[in-house]
Amino acid sequence: MSTTVRIPTQLRVLTGGAGEVPVEGSTVLEVLKALDAAHPGMGERLFDESGRLRRFVNVFVADEDIRFLDGLDTPVTAGQTVSIIPAVAGG
Amino acid sequence: MPFVDGLRCRECGRSYPAEALHVCEFCFGPLEVAYDYDAVRAAMSRESVAAGPPTIWRYAPLLPAEAEGAVDLGAGWTPLMRADRLAAELGLGELWLKNDTMNPTGSFKDRVTSVALTKARELGFKVAACASTGNLANSVAAHAARAGMRSFVFIPADLEQQKIVTTAVYGCTLIAIEGTYDDVNRLCAELTSEHPSWAFVNVNVRTYYAEGSKTLAFEVAEQLGWRAPDHVVVPIASGSQLTKIHKGFKELAEVGLLDEVQTRVSGAQALGCSPVATAFAHGDDFVRPVRPSTIAKSLAIGNPADGPYALDAVRATGGAIGAVTDEEIVEAIQLLARTEGIFAETAGGVTIATLAKLAASGVVRRDERVVAFITGNGLKTLDAVAGVVGPTATIKPTLEAFAAAVDPEGQPS
Repeated sequence: MSTTVRIPTQLRVLTGGAGEVPVEGSTVLEVLKALDAAHPGMGERLFDESGRLRRFVNVFVADEDIRFLDGLDTPVTAGQTVSIIPAVAGG
Repeated sequence: MPFVDGLRCRECGRSYPAEALHVCEFCFGPLEVAYDYDAVRAAMSRESVAAGPPTIWRYAPLLPAEAEGAVDLGAGWTPLMRADRLAAELGLGELWLKNDTMNPTGSFKDRVTSVALTKARELGFKVAACASTGNLANSVAAHAARAGMRSFVFIPADLEQQKIVTTAVYGCTLIAIEGTYDDVNRLCAELTSEHPSWAFVNVNVRTYYAEGSKTLAFEVAEQLGWRAPDHVVVPIASGSQLTKIHKGFKELAEVGLLDEVQTRVSGAQALGCSPVATAFAHGDDFVRPVRPSTIAKSLAIGNPADGPYALDAVRATGGAIGAVTDEEIVEAIQLLARTEGIFAETAGGVTIATLAKLAASGVVRRDERVVAFITGNGLKTLDAVAGVVGPTATIKPTLEAFAAAVDPEGQPS
């Protein structure tokens, strides 16, 4: 069973319009690398030159911000959903 | 929009058309409205502004939507009040308060909502939506009603009762989410992708929405006789308002309406949700999210999208960011009300309490012309002070009872 990655509008140009993509991986980093392999171009949009997530990219595992978990090393189990979400303003 | 060139990514500089876009497709950086400042300079003068309406739309050339036919409840042109009694309490010299409690729905959010929904309607949207900590909920529900648009408003379920009632009354679809504001925000970011025909004012039309906060700076400068203050103190939730106030002063200089701008910008947060203050103190250029726990719910954004830019603005201008406890917030709400007759919601308490701290530590100086932004009305957060103020005495309706209970010569407590 694979992990589902939810793709925001801004990145759907890379997934042929798909809002959800199934990939394999046991950590967030593996999942995002697998996403990049399946949909080339994803990696350079999510990561900066030094391999860190860009500062306006938010990633959630099962609706929890990975910065409250183990960041890119956060484990992902089969059946969980990983969401990629741009930062938004509030109030 | 004769003066809008398009949108530009704040991070990588890529250009986009002026549509319902808020995030760069390449680096996820936030998009910002780009203006043709030469054209604005030619079209906008102190006289033309003075001849405009007593609303935010007097600054239309520096806003990203058409003033004619704007979704307008009369936001803006709120009083700027000299605050000598509060200044004396805080050991300051020339202190002014921008009283944005006077907006149509009682907070500065009417500025951003008016701009956002005006632009949304231009772009053809029929539905307005937002994620909100309450003030924006009030404002979007009211402005959508005014515009005849359907609205969907998403709030944390534990919001103040006053803010729930003052949103629901406008007939919106009000959805209370079991979670924090950051949970609400995440859901709305995902809903935006699922419902591209909805204008989420602080998501897909955020680029335009945020521009509305510049009018706080425009008004302050005009009300000071076209002078920029030396120091401003601004509450920080997402960081957008502070960033845009800074931008507003710089734009006025850019288009020739101010001679020189050297305004220092300082920020205010509640200690129970102070990710930007923490980053400032640590010298970080990124903001680590927190889980909020504070009575200042209108500022309780644990993952502030514009936090990095707020840090940039504060550092570039030699300001500081302070954080204050819930007790200090409640005391400051009372101090402001007692000295200047303004009843602010908790965010105003955060601002005044932080101003007091920055004054005590010498960051805000006695020789500076200071403006503090009071961004929301205290009637929205009655619970904050309900437990600490009340009747001085409850007596029978007789002269004797009054004489026994009250010393007419005594000082008010």
